[in-house]
Amino acid sequence: MATQPNLTADKAMKHTVPREDFQMVWPLPPRHRPNLKDYSAASLAAYLATAPLDEVDIADPMYWETDTHWTYFKRLRDESPIHFTGLNANRHRGYWSVTRWADVMAVDTNHQVFSSDAHLGGITLFDMDQDFIMPMFIAMDQPKHDVQRRAVNPIVSGQNLADFETLIRARTQEVLDGLPRGEVFDWVDRVSIELTSRMLATLFDFPQEHRRKLTYWSDIATADPEVPGNLQKDERQGVLMGMLQEFMGLWNERVNLAEPKGDLISMLAHNPATRYMPPMEFMGNLVLLIVGGNDTTRNSITGGLKFLNDNPAEYQKLRENPALIESLVSEIIRYQTPLAHMRRTALEDTILGGQHIRKGDKVVMWYVSGNRDERAIENPDAFIIDRPRARQHMSFGFGIHRCVGNRLAELQLKILWEEIMKRFDNIEVVAEPERVPSAFVKGYKSLMVRIPA
Amino acid sequence: MAKITYIEFNGAEHVVNVSDGISLMEGALGNGVPGIDGDCGGNAACATCHVYIDPAWVPKTGTMTDMEADMLDLADGRQDNSRLACQIHASAALDGLVVRMPETQH
Ligand code: HEM
Ligand code: FES
Repeated sequence: MATQPNLTADKAMKHTVPREDFQMVWPLPPRHRPNLKDYSAASLAAYLATAPLDEVDIADPMYWETDTHWTYFKRLRDESPIHFTGLNANRHRGYWSVTRWADVMAVDTNHQVFSSDAHLGGITLFDMDQDFIMPMFIAMDQPKHDVQRRAVNPIVSGQNLADFETLIRARTQEVLDGLPRGEVFDWVDRVSIELTSRMLATLFDFPQEHRRKLTYWSDIATADPEVPGNLQKDERQGVLMGMLQEFMGLWNERVNLAEPKGDLISMLAHNPATRYMPPMEFMGNLVLLIVGGNDTTRNSITGGLKFLNDNPAEYQKLRENPALIESLVSEIIRYQTPLAHMRRTALEDTILGGQHIRKGDKVVMWYVSGNRDERAIENPDAFIIDRPRARQHMSFGFGIHRCVGNRLAELQLKILWEEIMKRFDNIEVVAEPERVPSAFVKGYKSLMVRIPA
Repeated sequence: MAKITYIEFNGAEHVVNVSDGISLMEGALGNGVPGIDGDCGGNAACATCHVYIDPAWVPKTGTMTDMEADMLDLADGRQDNSRLACQIHASAALDGLVVRMPETQH
């Protein structure tokens, strides 16, 4: 804080501090937080209802751990839809929040102006660690993005998905049949993580018996080193290097096979666009595919059960008409919004919703807010499993970076709910979930449930 | 008004009258034609309305924006006559148009 005394409080500042003028210090300076008697969900929600918009840094994990951010986003949508946050700029350099559906769409579809490049900071509100840049195609612009995306696209397209269906169903049945009755257990661990890690191991053709390593790496890749108990920066880098080493082993076994196998590693190893990637880029793309396919689907699996419990009339509709599973799946993904935002960096000066965005500014597209924008979605705060046009949500993003794995995620959820409804008339959530303290990965650490005996 | 024939990948045909100015994506969604999802609501931003235009009709469907071309370049089964149905709007000039669907959209 000493080196940049005026950044915290300067409310007139309306642009991201250029990276050349910013001295990154580690550990980061402490966050400015409101002066409240406690930071419980009730106190934070009451605070956000009236706090001056400029005095809130909604990226603060406490708003996500307590699930209290909603009021603030509604206020931004209504009062300041393209809003600059300078508070705590000594940590994040300052960022624009884009909160309405139409404006998020405008940014996501303008890749000429709004860059995803890792070297400019990448795709999350906090810049990618500049001394540990992991290039990955989600954090690249054209033309390199396009060729790398095409290299892995076949894993989740048409025929492949049809082939996966039988396997996913058999596993889902096995996992569900193994659940205890009349006993409290953690749905996240027993179902959400179990199913997604098995899927991931299949996509990589990674040894199934070591599948929880994939979960571990995924958690490490997204964990905030500032949160007490999480790995420190250098420890985290060490773990990721270890991951790279294991995958290099698999790569080397597969790269020279005359008949390429159908897994992701083989696809990367045999495609001319990715065959000669430097190690850090291989690591980046691994992290992308592991995190992309893991936390997001996991948290949708957990979220769905929670939402049905919170909305018993909807749960009843589902029991009476399992054909609603298709729209249920889309509604779960909208309502959960497993990735709360994606971030871009402006490559030139531009006007967005009447605000002047300057070259170099960080622009954060809050999907979590766009998905609740009453200008685009009717009655958006309600969870409605037979919503007309339920597919029209923004959880998968839009434009050239739109989620590659969307159909696979939907297929996993569809099969899960089909198999759940065949077995269990009711699964009760018995306590409030423990949530992930992150403004990026919006999810759950645990959800305690019971299946009546 | 244009009479549009949508042909699913499996060969099933759907003949629908689409009012002038309405996109062919909306024409499919509004009339329960399966195989066109229209996830982005017609912004050329999701490519879930990818169709193949009968070659004889291609010149009548107009030109593509850069965004449409970029999205199609990443789509499965891209062909020379690929278009996004949300970017084509019905008019008398398109009466009788036939569009086919690719195997998958995502
Ligand atoms: C419910 C589950 C999922 C959600 C909500 C989700 C969400 C997203 C979002 C928001 C983006 C960025 C879109 C943008 O910038 O416009 C994205 C990109 C991506 N996702 Fe997913 N995802 C999910 C599941 C998956 C799965 C299962 C996989 C892989 C098997 C996957 C792989 C990817 C990849 C590789 C990208 C980068 C695409 C690119 O940059 O071109 N995702 N996802
Ligand atoms: S509806 Fe999304 S591209 Fe046409």
